[in-house]
Amino acid sequence: MLERVDVVIIGAGASGGAVAWSLAETKMRIVCLEQGDWTKPTDYPSNGRDWEARQLAEFNYSPNRRARETDYPINEDDSAIRVANFNGVGGGTILYAGHYPRFHPSDFRVRSLDGVADDWPIDYETLAPYYAENDRMTGVSGLAGDPAYPPKQPMMPPLPLGKSGATLARGLNRLGWHWWPSDSAIASTDYEGRAGCINLGHCTGGCAQGAKASSDITYWPAAIRAGVELRTRCRVREITTNEHGMASGVVYYDAAGVEQFQPAEVVILACNGIGTPRILLNSKSTRFPNGIANSSGLVGKNLMFHPYARIYGYFDEVTDGYRGPGNCIWSQQFYETDPSRGFVRGYTYEFARGQGPVQAAIQGMGTGRIPWGEAHHDAYRKLFCHRTGMVGICEDLPEEHNRVTLDPILKDSNGIPAPKITYTLSENSRRMLDHAIARGTEILKAAGAHDIGSDPLILDGGWHLMGTARMGKDPERSVVNEWGRSHDVKNLFIVDGSLFVTSAGVNPTCTIQALALYVADNMKKRLATLFD
Amino acid sequence: MQNLTDDETRSLRCVAGMMIPASAAHAVPGADDDTIFADIVAGIGRDMAHVKQALHRLDHLAGDTFADRDLATRLTDIGTFQKDGGVELAALNRIVVQCYYRDDRVMRSLGMDVRPPFPKGFEVEQGDWSLLDPVRARPAFYRRTP
Repeated sequence: MLERVDVVIIGAGASGGAVAWSLAETKMRIVCLEQGDWTKPTDYPSNGRDWEARQLAEFNYSPNRRARETDYPINEDDSAIRVANFNGVGGGTILYAGHYPRFHPSDFRVRSLDGVADDWPIDYETLAPYYAENDRMTGVSGLAGDPAYPPKQPMMPPLPLGKSGATLARGLNRLGWHWWPSDSAIASTDYEGRAGCINLGHCTGGCAQGAKASSDITYWPAAIRAGVELRTRCRVREITTNEHGMASGVVYYDAAGVEQFQPAEVVILACNGIGTPRILLNSKSTRFPNGIANSSGLVGKNLMFHPYARIYGYFDEVTDGYRGPGNCIWSQQFYETDPSRGFVRGYTYEFARGQGPVQAAIQGMGTGRIPWGEAHHDAYRKLFCHRTGMVGICEDLPEEHNRVTLDPILKDSNGIPAPKITYTLSENSRRMLDHAIARGTEILKAAGAHDIGSDPLILDGGWHLMGTARMGKDPERSVVNEWGRSHDVKNLFIVDGSLFVTSAGVNPTCTIQALALYVADNMKKRLATLFD
Repeated sequence: MQNLTDDETRSLRCVAGMMIPASAAHAVPGADDDTIFADIVAGIGRDMAHVKQALHRLDHLAGDTFADRDLATRLTDIGTFQKDGGVELAALNRIVVQCYYRDDRVMRSLGMDVRPPFPKGFEVEQGDWSLLDPVRARPAFYRRTP
């Protein structure tokens, strides 16, 4: 048995890094167990000519296609959307685009304002100081003054508008619709030892430049300098409990596949909205026959993704193509509820720049715009670097039938049951996606696109994994309390996207990390009475 | 991982050349060029099962090894195969274009620098930020909460 530690954190991704860094100042002995590896900057695809091919293989965002030793399989047969993630230090931030919007104040009051789902037990004002601290640690580029948001102050100037952004902005202005430079976790200038963006155009394959704020280069170096121990290639199987019903530690498999027991005074889960319920459900005992922290029966339930629609067009003029970060501008014209639209809640448009040469061919051929044969070359040249567009990222409301369970057959390489996802798209989401496609088409027409297409739902777009261990004041309607502590097990905490009560219509990483800082701060304030 | 058989390799080369033939007008080789095709075969990786299924389907349509049939038959079979679509077609497209569009000659023809993105990166113009002026003038419109 290993030496007892004060805190064991499971997962070294977006939230694990943030909570580790924040708790480090307590001088407690903190160990983080991460199933994956560090990624060296020289390993990222943009170092090579095969950058797009590698993103389709070992740097693919689908764990089932990537299938590294450090990944676990996911049964997605009963899900309308497939999971996207990355397992390693930095977690999903290794492959994320770096979109970094905050939630809006209204996102925390969905029941009060719109009569659906539930209100959060906290509000925007509570999280605001943690958003600000997280922005500083992460290094956010953007522009103050967005009328869609309460005041906030990005650290760096916005990423360039570029040819694509300017083209789309003209279209939005013709319609009189909102747009603004995106808040991005991408350094537009040198920042805190990180080099500024050089427009590699490949953020979602990992940033070789280090301009994109993945948590392995933001929180983790600071946490490790402050004394946190990070062990890689350690895959946790279950959380154990003692005779008092408290968590006693975790069982994990080390890099050699040897089973280890790490005793701990406090256990913190930071494994995302799929990995966290997986471990909770697999932590069964006489006292907790349905999994630990599950007296509400809600562990794994209320799974939310963000349904995405893609709308794109082709232009006579040249776009940014493969150059520049994908992040550019956004529009929240349709973010807040308007009952006349036929759905509640809303969505954000996130505008892209263009595509690399391989993706341009794959999508052009996949939609029949680029044929096989002699006509291939002319058709390709008409489209390559002439495309731009957007995605509509729609708020997904919680529904208990959308859930994570343990697959009875599928297991990972250590024999741990794999998660199974059951998810159907709601009628509200369907209407929102339709609306996003219709209005997005109007934007592209106004911008001058001559050939417009859309994908009604990005099937492999399950980047955001939320809601499966929700926070709340009522133990019968939530898994953890309003500061992240399990209602059932008073030394067990959760800090990842599982906590989300609702999903908002924006990317969640900024809020996940702010929540992790908020939970850590609450733990620090209550150290003497933490388990009361 | 399984490898392609000799017949499968011949058929795949035939498919690659039909998908993207050489073009004198654009001064580019076809995807069945020696260098490009060797890259394609070496890069099949995770798509091997679907590529084999695709080639098996083409053989079935051809009634023989696809590569051994005459051009007219192959064109007809390819048309049927494309019409059917599916993951096998997507896999064939993917393994061919992911290598074709990184070839020196092809990149030059497209006006691209023959190099990886890192470490040099690319230039992106700032763009006309005055476009934001009408949005700046708009009052805040986020919903206030009780």
